[in-house]
Amino acid sequence: MENNAFYVALSLLVNLDASLFQIVVLSLQVSLLAVLIAAVLGFPLGAAVALWRFPGRGGVIVVLNALMGLPPVVAGLMVYLLLSRAGPLGELGFLFTPGAMVIAQVVLVLPILAALSRQKVEEMLGEYREQFVSLGMSRGRMMPTLLWDARFALLTVLLAGFGRASAEVGAVMMVGGNIDGVTRVMTTAIVLETGKGNLPLALGLGIVLLTLVMLINAGAYWVGERTRRRAG
Amino acid sequence: MTSLNASLLASSAVMPPPALCFEGVAFSHEDKLLLGPCSFTLDGIGPTLVMGPNGAGKSLLLRLAHGLLSPTEGKIAWSGEGRPRQAMVFQQPVLLRRSAVANLIHALAVNNIPRRVRSKLALDALERFGLSACANKPARVLSGGQQQRLALARAWVLSPQVLFLDEPTSALDPAAIKAVEAAVREFHQRGTRIVMTTHDIHQARRLAGDVLFLSGGKVREHTPAEAFFNTPVSPEAQAFVAGELLE
Repeated sequence: MENNAFYVALSLLVNLDASLFQIVVLSLQVSLLAVLIAAVLGFPLGAAVALWRFPGRGGVIVVLNALMGLPPVVAGLMVYLLLSRAGPLGELGFLFTPGAMVIAQVVLVLPILAALSRQKVEEMLGEYREQFVSLGMSRGRMMPTLLWDARFALLTVLLAGFGRASAEVGAVMMVGGNIDGVTRVMTTAIVLETGKGNLPLALGLGIVLLTLVMLINAGAYWVGERTRRRAG
Repeated sequence: MTSLNASLLASSAVMPPPALCFEGVAFSHEDKLLLGPCSFTLDGIGPTLVMGPNGAGKSLLLRLAHGLLSPTEGKIAWSGEGRPRQAMVFQQPVLLRRSAVANLIHALAVNNIPRRVRSKLALDALERFGLSACANKPARVLSGGQQQRLALARAWVLSPQVLFLDEPTSALDPAAIKAVEAAVREFHQRGTRIVMTTHDIHQARRLAGDVLFLSGGKVREHTPAEAFFNTPVSPEAQAFVAGELLE
């Protein structure tokens, strides 16, 4: 029985294993905070690229789209170099802290949120443009209106970003270091347990991770559907 | 409409709406001349109905006048100081993905109307256009007629001096058309300059004070409604009024 991954996952959850609890909470804290920061920066950025015409706009769109596929280890390496003792931000002493993990995940999630919101906002702008100009709205004034009216599409975009953040292991491993009790998250713990040969525990952790992601997605879907029905 | 115009002219309370003047205005796209050059002045009491066959340039003329497009040649000018407050109602109403009342509040907000009076103005306008029951419904699930009335209510709260309407009833059933025409009359009575396109000659007969007749991107005729319907001058207008199918 104790070699069965589902049994392990269940007993981890039922016994409210303290170290597991810590790992789960840290995972959620890091990924949710990273998605929040990336949204605050990425949605206005995406909307701005959709709204304004400027030289090099096509290049910006291509770069944003390409960065959606940025390998997590590359993002991790960049943040590692930035935060390492000899790096430009080394004095902050951020490396191997949860803060560094948040930064790395922001780097990964930001292009997804910016590129996809740019696309959604641009579609909506095509429909609204004449009415907006008729109302005498400036581009800056159009931005909040468009972001709010695209809220249902942006919720899905947010989930895509959260999926990317919670699933990646390379970046948080490099800048966090998988330190027990400090920077260990679900994905790095799974890598560790697999390396140690403790496959049932690794799988059990995987099941817990999947369940959490499902719950968050189900919650977002439920909220989205409810508000969508009310707002049409 | 003649009796209405007479009463409007008699009432000194109504300020004449700002006059619109096209001076040699032309619009081309990719070297193709789509409209003009045309010169005319809308300084009567209106409403001005812009008529003509499909592709004559009616919508284009409205968009140029409203400032959604810039003419490639010529000049568009308004009487009085600066650009008058204006609004436009489109064939397909463009409504935000929010409740009916939130659509009006948004329009008021972008026009810097103080926050404390927004809801009252919005609810009053909804009541005026018979939409009170729909105030909190999502604007986009309303019927076509209700949506168009909401678009008119949105224009109403902005108290425009000029209102452009681009085929506002072409997708509506008779009851909804009646409601829209009643709304247009209300704007007219408030002293708003109405410039409206339609291809429905019966509608034009019901509403028009003067008619601007376009065909092939040129203004063929600009005359009082009575003269246009009874004694059209240009051969195109004669054919149009006689009900012939114009190319």
